[in-house]
Amino acid sequence: MSALDFFALTGAALVGLGSYGLIAIRHLLRQIIAFNLIGSGLFLFFGAAAVRGGDSDPVPQALIITGIVVALSASALAVGLVVAQAEASGHAELPDGDKASDGPDDAENAT
Amino acid sequence: MADMATYVLTGLGLMFFLAGTVGLIRFPDTFSRLHALTKADNLGLGLTALGIAFQAQSWREIALLVLIWALALLSSGTVAQLVARTALNETDPE
Amino acid sequence: MILFDATLCALIIAVALAIVAGRDSFRAIVFFIVYGLFVSVAWVRLDAVNVALAEAAIGAGLTAVLFLAGIGRLRRAHVQADESVPLHLPAASACTGLTAALGWAWFALPLPDRPGPQLAQAMPQAGVENAVTAVLLNFRAWDTLLESVVLLAALIGVWTLTRDGNWSAPVGLPQHVRPGGVLSGFGRVLPPVGFLVGVYLVYAGTSRPGGAFQGGTVLAAVGLVAAMAGMVRPPRITATGWRVALIIGPLVFLLAGVAGEMLGSGFLTLPVAIAGNAILAIEIALTVSIAVTLAFLVLGPPESDDSGGSAS
Repeated sequence: MSALDFFALTGAALVGLGSYGLIAIRHLLRQIIAFNLIGSGLFLFFGAAAVRGGDSDPVPQALIITGIVVALSASALAVGLVVAQAEASGHAELPDGDKASDGPDDAENAT
Repeated sequence: MADMATYVLTGLGLMFFLAGTVGLIRFPDTFSRLHALTKADNLGLGLTALGIAFQAQSWREIALLVLIWALALLSSGTVAQLVARTALNETDPE
Repeated sequence: MILFDATLCALIIAVALAIVAGRDSFRAIVFFIVYGLFVSVAWVRLDAVNVALAEAAIGAGLTAVLFLAGIGRLRRAHVQADESVPLHLPAASACTGLTAALGWAWFALPLPDRPGPQLAQAMPQAGVENAVTAVLLNFRAWDTLLESVVLLAALIGVWTLTRDGNWSAPVGLPQHVRPGGVLSGFGRVLPPVGFLVGVYLVYAGTSRPGGAFQGGTVLAAVGLVAAMAGMVRPPRITATGWRVALIIGPLVFLLAGVAGEMLGSGFLTLPVAIAGNAILAIEIALTVSIAVTLAFLVLGPPESDDSGGSAS
């Protein structure tokens, strides 16, 4: 196992961890953090692939930099949406199936 | 000769970082933890930067290392003050 | 050195576990900052210093500030949330399968062609020596142009979340800073130094690791520090100056592309003679836009003080 394999497998593990976080965590802000984990895990995987074959390839690195910036933009929009939803409903989580009946009451209690 | 200086200084710096981390984990409250963190970590960073400076190829690199250390010192000092003040306000409302 | 890489990867996974399984949001964000710095070191080990700079500045730094601001606004709205994460077995097994599939894909990937010949032949015509900058701003300039527009689109999306009456209110909440205190002193000392560092990163990006995105992020951070320390009045998004600063990057980029078309070498293809200076000019405009856009993205939609409540 070379060092590159370590980085690629770490990237794969991060994608798995981030996906688990996205599904299992209920708090919306932490779901966005888990989403960022998926993104950076994929970048690590891609970046390790860029070094295969000897020299480091600048084209994937440029694409990864673009990806990091776009991930930040998406996270910023997501955080804005989460805060707006929380201010309107009073919860930082989306209602589950069994809590769905509480929905209209929260809207009436909103500021 | 320069390599030996790098090893010694970087090793010393790492020991200071270790001391700071032990303090962070073992001390009982926020203020003593801040004390351990800022003092030990800043000194550790300074020693590590000094050790790396022996490997520098030009004066420009040494100047950059000094700048990095100064910026880290400035920001960690400020942050420690702010954290301490917030902790003080929370534990001592009057 | 492989021991170093193995330890680094183990640490990255351990910190990621702490993020996912942690007890509350603040803890998750602190671990996220640590995670970002470790990934930055991993990028250096992968011989991608430009990416390491971008990850440290944007991934670890600015994203964490964004999340901290988000938590602050949630707390101000008195939002309570149950933060326990019970173990979700179906998701755990599905995600383990996902990881295994990606790991299998890694070992099954065919070895790529060397990037050598075509890129090495094209580099002398690029105008800059940093290969990543050349790819970003010359060979794959289309991607970067669209990326700068995506940043702008995200900002407009954030602005649409403003309540109707608040459109001309200042962005970000008013800061309570003690005059003569530590934060105001910091806000006086850091911005000039940070400004120089940001400008240097942009200029050095032509021959050394650096670039418009990394420098722009440093400048955005400097602006945020100045705003947090009360040195700068909170901006209003209705101001024409800020709007011009936001669009000047994509606009100059687009004009350069059209100029390339009119000069006969094709849309977004820079003629070799002026490539170096053109890239620098585009980078300067792009840096201004990136810095202002990122700062506004973190500051959020304009809100007035009465919709929040207590001081932070």
